[in-house]
Amino acid sequence: MIGRRRLPAPAERYAAATLDGPLLEVTDLRTHFRTDRGVVRAVDGVSFSLEQGRTLGIVGESGSGKTVLSRSIMGLLPKHNVIRQGSVRFEGRELIDAPVDELRDLWGAQMAMVFQDPMTSLNPVMRIGNQITESLLHHLDISKEFARETAVALLRSVGIPEPERRLRQYPHELSGGMRQRVMIAIAIACGPRLLFADEPTTALDVTVQAQILDLLQQQQRERYMAMILVTHDLGVVAGRTDHIAVMYAGQIVEKAPTRTLFTAMKMPYTEALIRSIPKLTDPSHTRLRTIGGRPPNLIAPPKGCRFSPRCPYVQDRCREEEPPLRPAAEPGHEFRCWFPVGTPEGAEALERNRARAGSVRARVAADGPGPEVR
Amino acid sequence: MPERSPDAAPPPTSEEPLRRPVPPGEAIVRTLAADEATRDVPPDAISLRLAAVEAGPETTPERRGLGVAAWLAVVWLLLLGAVALTVPVLPVPDPTVDAEPALARQGPSLSHPFGVDGAGRDVFASVLWGTRVSLFIAVASIVAGFVAGGVIGIVAGYFKGRIGGVLGSAMDVFLAFPQLILALSIVTFLGRTVFNVTLGLAIVATPVLARIARASTLSWSEREFVLAARAQGARHLRIMVREILPNVLPAMFSIALLGVAVVIVAEGGLAIIGAGVKPDIITWGNVIVRGQGELRDASHIVLAPSLVIFLTVLSLNYLGDVVRARFDVRESAL
Repeated sequence: MIGRRRLPAPAERYAAATLDGPLLEVTDLRTHFRTDRGVVRAVDGVSFSLEQGRTLGIVGESGSGKTVLSRSIMGLLPKHNVIRQGSVRFEGRELIDAPVDELRDLWGAQMAMVFQDPMTSLNPVMRIGNQITESLLHHLDISKEFARETAVALLRSVGIPEPERRLRQYPHELSGGMRQRVMIAIAIACGPRLLFADEPTTALDVTVQAQILDLLQQQQRERYMAMILVTHDLGVVAGRTDHIAVMYAGQIVEKAPTRTLFTAMKMPYTEALIRSIPKLTDPSHTRLRTIGGRPPNLIAPPKGCRFSPRCPYVQDRCREEEPPLRPAAEPGHEFRCWFPVGTPEGAEALERNRARAGSVRARVAADGPGPEVR
Repeated sequence: MPERSPDAAPPPTSEEPLRRPVPPGEAIVRTLAADEATRDVPPDAISLRLAAVEAGPETTPERRGLGVAAWLAVVWLLLLGAVALTVPVLPVPDPTVDAEPALARQGPSLSHPFGVDGAGRDVFASVLWGTRVSLFIAVASIVAGFVAGGVIGIVAGYFKGRIGGVLGSAMDVFLAFPQLILALSIVTFLGRTVFNVTLGLAIVATPVLARIARASTLSWSEREFVLAARAQGARHLRIMVREILPNVLPAMFSIALLGVAVVIVAEGGLAIIGAGVKPDIITWGNVIVRGQGELRDASHIVLAPSLVIFLTVLSLNYLGDVVRARFDVRESAL
């Protein structure tokens, strides 16, 4: 068989992990797409690092570049009309300009991905068993029978009953939650050190979501994998990640240890996101809090802070100068804002905006019926 | 369901204004209870009947059999296949050897069910022998076109960039050629042998099948499972063979069945314009050619091969549709 390679023994791999620094180090990663309408800056200068066995949540609205970010890190994007710059170091190895052949040996074996929609990410005409053993046989030098046994064990470990029978079934015979479990089994089959989960629960029933997230967390701990959990739902990452990075318009706007992010966020966008999580303690029929406006056009992002057109704290400076990612008091907490939440400047800015909005409202009332002000 | 004795049945609407929506079942019970003809039927019985109605007719699990017509088509094609394979050992005369010139142009009779042609050859036997070559040409050229078109189409659809562009336009150029003329010139240049006719028709069939394969590949290769396979480290060849090919086959297969039908007709057409297999080799087309000049006096000579071609093409087209229908159902169920 072509390309079958032997993986280093676990001890070797573990040694490699402890010798070097972080497992994954992304520095100033940019991923732009050339389109007919202009260059779309889907990922625009993202930096972070991830230690072995740790979990990072990447949160953002649709179109904030979080999916592109994860695919760009893995190198899964097409080459054509894609500009990819910066640095992605995996176990100290630079991936940005690595040849595809080299990446292919990493894919599945060292880094794997669980995709969003389990309905479309399994091949409809291939039996479950073959889909799992495929990459086992590809990456590891093992016999077919051993691959099959491994597949059974994998299915059992992701909580699929009657794994022997499932191996012979086709994807359409399984429910969405089951299929996602199969996807997870496929992704972890070769024991990757880094697992990307790209909105792994978005396409699933709410009741199944928690199960899948628990499963991912359990597998991540048992196998000592690092995991990047991409989601638009802060509730998903809340209890399950070590760090969270909030993305907005292709940039990380705030990055903090999970608890800090929820209790002492600095970026108004993060605050707005957290506020928009419906609370169980709210009386029923409470209006959901939303963030007004829509994400910016990534072809021509707004000048200054990219969140400024939607920000309740916005000041003139925000519209002119782009805030850099700067450290907060706590180590590991960084944010992009001139008037951060929970600081005197921030409070002042918010107050000023409220006063101005109040005076506009008053003026409109005095002028009688005029154009509606929201 | 409310308990109510038939006699005490209130008028359906007057007492209870339509303040709350009445479930349809209850409305029927009331109507029937108020009706003279059904007044004596106890309401329980009505409710039972009603429950049966609401449950719908007894549902048997839906069977997706092929249907009678499709089975007839399959039987016909199997019969042809059997004939093609066994004709040398079947108790039919070899028309090239056992000609009876004395009987030339004789109409159908018991010993010659489809009559005799101008050279005294039995038409029925000719058609049976013709099946061999005609089916071989049709199937072989489509199989060759299927393989070549499949490879070209999947490669062109998978590598969308330069390779796909070049292959796609090459296929378009081939498609733009008048197809019969293309086949005709190939046969004319290379000689009127069975192999060359097959080759010519295969070259005509390739771009058609390549187009289907390419279109199908374009849509399948965008699916997430292809990306997922890539993310697991699968190589291009593996993705094309393992992930895309099995999904592309049904579409190609349904077109290929139609293709066999088209090729059967094309073989006849080539024979008639004198660019088919040499006349001394019996094909359906060549049998028709024999009767062509004597259509007025001995139309029965053309009848048998035409009928066989008609039934075969009909069967293939019908089966092609069946395959396509099934394939569509499966795709929409994903």
